[in-house]
Amino acid sequence: MSDKDIVICRCEDITLGEIRSLLDEGFLTVDEVKRISRCGMGPCQGKTCRDLVLQEISLKTGRPVKDLRMPTFRPPTKPVKLGVIARGEEDDV
Amino acid sequence: MSKCWDAVIIGGGVHGCSLAYHLASQGLRPLVLERSYLASGGTGRSAAGVRHQFGTEVNCLLAIENIRAFERIQEELDYPWDIEFQQGGYLLIAYSEGQLGQFQENVALQQRLGIDSVMLSPEETLRLVPELNPEGVLGASYCAKDGHVNPFHLTWAYARAAERLGATIRQYCPVISITGDDRGVRGVVTPDGTIECPNVVVAAGPWGPSLVEPLGLEVPLYSERHQIMVTEPVERFLDPMILCFDDGTYWKQTPHGSVIMGIGDPMELKGLFMSSSWSFLEEAALRISSHMPSTLGLRVVRQWAGLYDITPDSQAIIGPTPVEGLYLDLGWSGHGLQFAPSVGRILAQLISGQEPFIPVDALGLDRFQTGRLIPEPACV
Ligand SMILES: Cc1cc2nc3c(=O)[nH]c(=O)nc-3n(C[C@H](O)[C@H](O)[C@H](O)COP(=O)(O)OP(=O)(O)OC[C@H]3O[C@@H](n4cnc5c(N)ncnc54)[C@H](O)[C@@H]3O)c2cc1C
Repeated sequence: MSDKDIVICRCEDITLGEIRSLLDEGFLTVDEVKRISRCGMGPCQGKTCRDLVLQEISLKTGRPVKDLRMPTFRPPTKPVKLGVIARGEEDDV
Repeated sequence: MSKCWDAVIIGGGVHGCSLAYHLASQGLRPLVLERSYLASGGTGRSAAGVRHQFGTEVNCLLAIENIRAFERIQEELDYPWDIEFQQGGYLLIAYSEGQLGQFQENVALQQRLGIDSVMLSPEETLRLVPELNPEGVLGASYCAKDGHVNPFHLTWAYARAAERLGATIRQYCPVISITGDDRGVRGVVTPDGTIECPNVVVAAGPWGPSLVEPLGLEVPLYSERHQIMVTEPVERFLDPMILCFDDGTYWKQTPHGSVIMGIGDPMELKGLFMSSSWSFLEEAALRISSHMPSTLGLRVVRQWAGLYDITPDSQAIIGPTPVEGLYLDLGWSGHGLQFAPSVGRILAQLISGQEPFIPVDALGLDRFQTGRLIPEPACV
């Protein structure tokens, strides 16, 4: 399987190949990769792809994952209907 | 560091990067110092709106140039990703006689300057956005050529074009202080050493005033948190960005399909606080769904907070200062993203000793001494 077939971010449909080409372009933090590609901006908010992107950055830069800059985690953690927030309606998920 | 720079720009937001591009286009060598990543400040937190509809002559004149620049920016900067400039219009709705009168005044000014904005009756407003709750709508001001641009891509596009032309951009490099005295600047101090330079431009948003204070400059601006929430992408249902100055709400659908919603809140935290709050979600959801009930079914995926750098007249402070070689590009009061094209070009002209293509004396720091403030009425 080529890296063009490996989907890293399912919410926004972004492949490993796309991530690697951004790293080649010099975008070497999760924050930059996220904002250029939308990787991690979908409904799951990066729950799986963030770690995969971190691993790729680590591979590319040779720095251990624990030394890399982490992006800010933003609320809410699960998509919530506006109606639930505005008037406490029942959510149907 | 022995390199010779023509100008050091503090801040890698959209303004710092646009200025770097315009200086480099003139053959000068700028150095941008950004303490975090590019667009990590106000730029990356904005609602990404660009418009003609302002209420002061200087802003309208600059706005005409901004939109002209956006129309050709993708090619001009030769950028590989989509900058997402899209003209879905801006609809400013009036819910009070006072606001309606202000819009009429603004539109008269805009039309005199050649801007295609119009006043709409309540019926015309609802025809444009049928999903609006008609209750209380007195009319609106509308310009079809206003729209959206992606703040990250815009900033990166300027940065990459600037680098191709010889600019240097350093991320994760904070400026600790500016060297010099009340007569002139000498350079800046960073953790990696001192950089000498005859010109220093402070484009550091709300963090700017504390950098220039030691040189004897008082910049009257305060920072205020503003928050936004964004929904999952849905099928296209809304073209214009909608602003209601009466209650400070705004919302729009981005080219990606998500809906961005924000409110201006007089009770918002002042100062450099940037945490998100639940009360914002509740307040924004209540107010915006009352304007457009169909938003109740949208799912919010994320919220964020950013800072406005607000001046006493809600106008930017740009241009030279009494300190020789020190320039400011600050105080955008919540509408600065869209002014990066025109103001980057103007500051580059000022720094290289040319006449600016649009006079911006009215936006100088000295107005707070002379008392010649020019309040911008069209702000959230
Ligand atoms: C919620 C919200 C919504 C908005 N909506 C809109 C909109 O729809 N349309 C619009 O036109 N505008 C909007 N704005 C305003 C707009 O985002 C700003 O006016 C604009 O981005 C300012 O750009 P800038 O480059 O001047 O500042 P910033 O983007 O804040 O850049 C300043 C940079 O300086 C860096 N910095 C600070 N101190 C130092 C230091 N000591 N050394 C090195 N670097 C330093 C910071 O890290 C930052 O990156 C909005 C703002 C917010 C917060």
